[in-house]
Amino acid sequence: MTAYARRTWIVLWKDLLTERRSKESLNALLFFALLLLFLFEFALGPDRERLRAALPGLLWLGFVLSGLLGLGRSFIVERDNDCWDGLRLTPGDKSAIYLGKLLGNCAMMLAVEAVLLGLFGVFYDLALGPVLAPLVAVLVPGTLGLAAVATLFAAMTAHLRARELLFPVLLLPAQVPLLLAAVSATQAALLGQPLSEVSHWMKLLIGADVVYVVIGLLTFEFVLDA
Amino acid sequence: MIAAHGLSKWFARTPVLADVTLEVGAGQCVVLLGPNGAGKTTLLRIVATLARPSRGSLTVCGLDALKEPQAVRPMVGVVAHGSYVYEELTALENLRFWTVMADADASRARLLGALQRVELEMVATERVRTFSAGMKRRLALARVLLGRAKLLLLDEPFTGLDQRGRKWLSEFVLAFKAAGGTALVATHSFASGLAIADRVVILHDGRIVADRSADELSSDTLRRLYDGLTEAEGSTG
Repeated sequence: MTAYARRTWIVLWKDLLTERRSKESLNALLFFALLLLFLFEFALGPDRERLRAALPGLLWLGFVLSGLLGLGRSFIVERDNDCWDGLRLTPGDKSAIYLGKLLGNCAMMLAVEAVLLGLFGVFYDLALGPVLAPLVAVLVPGTLGLAAVATLFAAMTAHLRARELLFPVLLLPAQVPLLLAAVSATQAALLGQPLSEVSHWMKLLIGADVVYVVIGLLTFEFVLDA
Repeated sequence: MIAAHGLSKWFARTPVLADVTLEVGAGQCVVLLGPNGAGKTTLLRIVATLARPSRGSLTVCGLDALKEPQAVRPMVGVVAHGSYVYEELTALENLRFWTVMADADASRARLLGALQRVELEMVATERVRTFSAGMKRRLALARVLLGRAKLLLLDEPFTGLDQRGRKWLSEFVLAFKAAGGTALVATHSFASGLAIADRVVILHDGRIVADRSADELSSDTLRRLYDGLTEAEGSTG
């Protein structure tokens, strides 16, 4: 394993272990996801058809709101005990830290999404089995793009007093192309359409992922040192 | 080891360091004294390449620290207020994390050896959140031992330590120095500082107002010198 891969792995290992032990983000996110479901249920009423039409948007709204809560905190742990400075002093390519953080955030978001998706299935009586494979094919790149931007902006805003305000203000506009593609592709997946019919959205989704991840990797060192 | 010339630092329009010139040779321990806000921490952060001076030049370990901070960083070990420890990880896991990040050998035997040297081997698998301030500082020093640091920068290392902890830390710094290392220590503790110092530098309002050999100073003369300089400067400034 190269030094870069070892650094990426150790950051991922540290974040997952910290989260497993503290359960700070995951518990809050799962509770928040449950709360969202109740709110959607009350807001949209008993009309199942209406609910199903709105479902792709609701799903991604849930993912984005959970992401705002959870991903925005991903660098707070580095501020405690000045670990941020420790990371700055480590040798080598700092983008390994970003990559490790990104993978940790993706893992956390995918866990929350799996629970949220399961709850949507139960609450709204959806048969998710037949559409699960295409849905996962959309959710994984969608989550990667969401986490890529969120990880970078979380680092940028970690030291700001108004970070709770600035983080969504920065994140949401940057997510517009990704969300357009993800919601449209999710709709197709839920309707049982082959993803080839929405290949243009899938291309946009994957293209956005590549752009966001590359920007994160290239700029992280400057963000860390700023 | 450290050659700082004309270092100045402003935060917004507030000067924090003003024209600081300091040379520290290899194997020396220089203790920085000064009241709160004198610029000790800022000077340490600049030497550690964690902050950039507004003006001046800085050479650390023969390298231009302002142009090549990345090259300087592996040679500098920093133990500041925060200690760089993750509370939810154990002592061993913390060392493993920082050692892998430093691209050094993170074998369990080596990590346990470092914990033994700082007398923490009995709590190697306990989470750091249960540690006292002194234990966290020892853990931070174990991290330094596992790296390739030639220069040790300590910011208020004696704060919160009992007598035994202070003695232990003094012996640690002296051993580091005996092994060829250089130390720059910012402290408020006159006696502890004097016990490890080759030179004592007093900072006040961002300026060096005294730079004396520790051999010339006893605890009392240092106290009188410090009070005289900081009060006189304070009353005129």
